Amino acid sequence: MTDSGVAHLLPQLASGAPHTHALGFSLVSVEGDVVTLKAPYREDLVGDPDTGVLAGGVVTALLDHASGMAVWAALDRFTSIATLDLRIDYMRPAEPGLDLYARARCYKLGRSVAFVRATAYDRDPQDPVAAAQSAFMLNSDGERKPGANLKGSNEVGA
Amino acid sequence: MIDARERLDAVIGRMPYARFLGMRAELAGDEMTAVLPYADHLIGNPLLPALHGGVTGALMELTAMAQLALTERRARLPRPIDVTVDYLRSGRPLTTYARAVVKKAGRRIANVYVEAWQESRGAPIASLHGHFLLGDPAAE
Repeated sequence: MTDSGVAHLLPQLASGAPHTHALGFSLVSVEGDVVTLKAPYREDLVGDPDTGVLAGGVVTALLDHASGMAVWAALDRFTSIATLDLRIDYMRPAEPGLDLYARARCYKLGRSVAFVRATAYDRDPQDPVAAAQSAFMLNSDGERKPGANLKGSNEVGA
Repeated sequence: MIDARERLDAVIGRMPYARFLGMRAELAGDEMTAVLPYADHLIGNPLLPALHGGVTGALMELTAMAQLALTERRARLPRPIDVTVDYLRSGRPLTTYARAVVKKAGRRIANVYVEAWQESRGAPIASLHGHFLLGDPAAE
């Protein structure tokens, strides 16, 4: 990644959308093509009140978002992207009280599609909570103008 | 035997994350429809605007778990083992619905298929299939 590219935008892209802001996501680091995001542990994001373990949905959102950011980092420019599919393996419950991290790398960047692998962990990246593999469509907004989803149908594009 | 509404409340009503999303569920017998009313904090792409993919994925995952809790009587909540989400259409700023079909529930593992839609059931915005770990059969 060059200094003139997308690097200065990545902190904003980590937390700037309403949903990522509501979840408290933040950019931890960009090392080469590896992007690391953090989701802070919060009581209101727990999936099982008996154990205090974070909901699987938080892991899903974090992996999805970290993976998308890895695409922007690999492209080194901002374009609209959309997840085509996302496969997640849940290897163990996240430890209650610990912040969650996701580390993602785009391992193939095509003209229209990018492929990404990511892992989520709490203490040790070598002992992941979950692993993800995903495909993203590039320039997914295409001809759609801002506000396109506010009217008409959603049949165009992704 | 606990009634279906109580079973559902045990999954969705007690789960802080389901409240964070604003998810609720409607029951018709033992079939459940999850309902996620639109809220600003669910948006991932502010320009279109579109729901965050993580929201749609999470909704379908919770729908699968809630449906399993309804139809499989086990001592604890089902846990996801793996899920695959296909995103079919952009999630618009509208109410989203989801329904799950349990394709197979074995002694320990269940295979579940979920679809999420907005204005038209025939035009789903996403689907999920996944495996879930079931608890031991509950003593009743």
